[in-house]
Amino acid sequence: MMDRRLIENFDWSIIWVLSAIMCIGLLSIYSAVYTQIQARPTSNLFVKQIVWLAIGLTLMCASLFINYQRLKAVSPWLYGMIVFLLAAVLALGRDVHGSKRWLEIAGFQFQPSEFVKIIIIIQLAGYFSSQEVANFPRIRKLIFPVMLTIVPVLLVLAEPDLGSAIALAAVAGSMILFVGVRWRYLAIVVLTIIPLAMPMWQRVLKPYQKQRVLILLSPDRDPLGAGYHIRQSKIAIGSGMLWGKGFLKGTQNKLHFLPEKQTDFIFSVWAEEWGFVGCAVLILLFGLLIFLVLRIAARSRDRFGSLIAVGVGGLIMWQALINIGMVLGLLPVVGIPLPFVSYGGSSVIALCLAVGLAENVSMRRYVFQSH
Amino acid sequence: MSLESAEALSFKKQYIVFFAVMLLVMMIYLARLWYLQVLCGQFYRYQSENNRIRVEDVVAPRGIIYDRNGVPIVENRPAYDLMIIREDVKDLNGTIEELARLCECNPSDLFAVLEANKSTPKFIPLRLVSDIDRDCLARVESELIRLPGVEIVIEPKREYNWDGTAAHLIGYLSQITEGELKSGKYPGYYPGEDIGKVGVEYGFEKYLHGVRGHRQVEVDAVGRRTRLLEEQPPVAGHDVWLTIDMDVQRTAESLLEGKAGAIVALDPNNGEVLAFASSPTYNQEKFIKGLSEHDWHEMAKDPGHPMLNRVCGAAYPPGSTYKPLVALGALQSGAINPSTTFLCPGYLSFAGRQYHCWRKGGHGTISVERALMQSCDVFFYHTGLLMGVDRLAEYVKMFGLGAKTGIGLPGENPGLIPTSAWKRRATGHPWEKGETISISIGQGYDLVTPLQMAVAYGAIANSGKLWRPFVVKRIEGMAKGEVQAAGPLLKLEIPVDPRWFALVQKALSEVVSDPRGTAHSLYDPAMPLAGKTGTAQVVGLGRGKAGVNNKDDAWFVAYAPASDPKICVAAIVEHGGHGGSAAGPLVKQVMAAYLKSRHEPAQK
Repeated sequence: MMDRRLIENFDWSIIWVLSAIMCIGLLSIYSAVYTQIQARPTSNLFVKQIVWLAIGLTLMCASLFINYQRLKAVSPWLYGMIVFLLAAVLALGRDVHGSKRWLEIAGFQFQPSEFVKIIIIIQLAGYFSSQEVANFPRIRKLIFPVMLTIVPVLLVLAEPDLGSAIALAAVAGSMILFVGVRWRYLAIVVLTIIPLAMPMWQRVLKPYQKQRVLILLSPDRDPLGAGYHIRQSKIAIGSGMLWGKGFLKGTQNKLHFLPEKQTDFIFSVWAEEWGFVGCAVLILLFGLLIFLVLRIAARSRDRFGSLIAVGVGGLIMWQALINIGMVLGLLPVVGIPLPFVSYGGSSVIALCLAVGLAENVSMRRYVFQSH
Repeated sequence: MSLESAEALSFKKQYIVFFAVMLLVMMIYLARLWYLQVLCGQFYRYQSENNRIRVEDVVAPRGIIYDRNGVPIVENRPAYDLMIIREDVKDLNGTIEELARLCECNPSDLFAVLEANKSTPKFIPLRLVSDIDRDCLARVESELIRLPGVEIVIEPKREYNWDGTAAHLIGYLSQITEGELKSGKYPGYYPGEDIGKVGVEYGFEKYLHGVRGHRQVEVDAVGRRTRLLEEQPPVAGHDVWLTIDMDVQRTAESLLEGKAGAIVALDPNNGEVLAFASSPTYNQEKFIKGLSEHDWHEMAKDPGHPMLNRVCGAAYPPGSTYKPLVALGALQSGAINPSTTFLCPGYLSFAGRQYHCWRKGGHGTISVERALMQSCDVFFYHTGLLMGVDRLAEYVKMFGLGAKTGIGLPGENPGLIPTSAWKRRATGHPWEKGETISISIGQGYDLVTPLQMAVAYGAIANSGKLWRPFVVKRIEGMAKGEVQAAGPLLKLEIPVDPRWFALVQKALSEVVSDPRGTAHSLYDPAMPLAGKTGTAQVVGLGRGKAGVNNKDDAWFVAYAPASDPKICVAAIVEHGGHGGSAAGPLVKQVMAAYLKSRHEPAQK
């Protein structure tokens, strides 16, 4: 059985916040796929999402029994495996709308690009907590983690899945920055990339190639121009006004203005029906969740554990910020799901496992003092 | 732990920065939400309630298909489809009843459409009736104001200037299936779009199809368009110019009327297909409104198999039209020379069996030239035995037999030229010499398509240049050579001595010009043609069923003018009887039509 001290240090507040966010997600999906629910009450995306959440929470609980410290040893194997799977996606993946993101194993389809995010967190946390790497490390100590990041980022980019690649790079980048990068190095990176990239983009690539790159990176661009989704999304959000139109009363979301309203644009469905108040609640819940995860990081006496929790916090934060920013028309449209709210099995399961990791760190925060 | 190293491992500052960044972005987002929802909320609420935006697809007209002289064969016409948007309909049952009355159709058919699309969201327009006629259109138009949620959309549909003409070459359109959508072969296609299913419409789909456009419209509370917001007009498909000559094509088709068979005509100097007729044919118009299950079964059950492409999708034994190829192979391989003679007593005894010549009394002592002219079977029995099955196949295959010609149409039949290795693989038994006897006169396992025979005779006509046949001369907006399937392609210079070509060409001329030739009835000094008759037994092909015409298939393959070939024609008439009399006149008339139209191009 579990040590009593482990249970005492379990952070229940995270579970409450998480449950609240998941409920918001379920309400929004219910509304988004309402026509489908009426047609098929037992088999629809809402029911499926409940199943995904249940699987995610179960796996999260199960993962708590494994001491996260043991991940340090297996993380290179996990990393190797996920890189292999990402390569397998490119070779064998199912082609959906011109991009290959899905892999089928034993009848289950999943997106390795969602799971690589957790594995890169563990791998980087392991590296930065090893004996010889202190804060603000020397440049040769940074080469290895950068390489560790670039390989999966390029593989995900090749699918192409720009959203996941950005999230992955953002998480890894914030962990590297968290450990500390000397100003000198940052300056060097910025000063070398800009003069290299600009002429590449402007001179070496021909206009049609640029267009191809843009289309490749974002294959589901609306034929009417990128502005269309955003405009519709803005009408949906704005028409919610202060208090919202009420549950199932949204009119924008009934029109097929967004092909993926239950995934990437779920926030606008919520915003239309629950208004500014609902949006503020959701954003504050995300803020609270990230704060609680960071508190775990700060409280942990173990550098490995802290860095894992930082990575998990960063993962949730970047995905939420990029998704909402895009729906609000502040950032370009890239496909990134809103954590725990958007429909999607791989995303839900991967993020539940990530929160499980943070809880794992929280539960075992004093265990190491005795050693 | 020293103070310094504790400092080096602490993240205090980082937490503050991390959290500050998050709070800053959260503030920006909340401010943005306040702006959208509270400051501009009224504006967006108005937009969402009073003006709804819909995206409508605008179907692109397909490319027009012309003949070689620019005569349009297949064009587009506007078709009117009756659509319903259930969300905007007040009384669905009443509206459907009313529409059924206006269109004089059965209300249950319309209800069936609703039933089939029950799970489609209600704001998506459903196509109740496609391609309604003018009277119905006029009646619905006048009542439209009373029928919210009902609309009429105009879509370009195919118009066949001669319905059924060259149907097997041009093909027909039909809605893309779910499987085709998933196959990945049609990127960017939507459900409900028409695609080419066979023929040029299929083979050149990507050029003909065009790019669909989109219209973003504002609609009011009852679904009427109030404003066009944005439009991306469709891009019409590329027009396609075929190589066929409509005059020649129509002549060939009228000649085949009431018969089952095929006529294909080529330009032997580059492989252009001048006529591509397969009979019986089918009406492409039928596919426009969507073929009903009943019609489909009717067509599938039709004993004439109208959907079968007899030009290149069906293979027949070539019969005696095979002999010139055997002769060329035998001469080149040294198995015989021009003065080799065999005695034809009317039969050949081999391994205890008698193989007959078509002429019971025999041809006497005969050389290759006269054997071709009079189509002596016994001469070729000997020749075949001297060569052996594999050497024979090697030469005959150089003329393109036993392989797809590469014409670029779907469903091409490769035919079959047997070898001993093939037989062992296919049946498990070794090759028997007696079978060599059958195949040397184009019977037995030999199977060819009329197109292959035309290509092979084209190569004889021009002394060894094997051209890939092609049907598309030019595609609008495409440079010469840009489209691989369009334009001439020399596949092979057949390595046979020009002397042997000259000899066989002379013999083929004599088939017609010499009073003893098997096609002398076609002799016309004004249009000297050279060719070969063929009569292929259909026994054992599964077609010789009781009660059905059991006559042999009649072949005639020829080119003209004999001295300077401009056209090469292969014709087969199923169960036509003797090749010279049943198929020969057809070939001659097709040639005459072409040689005449070269001076005065066709008019529609």
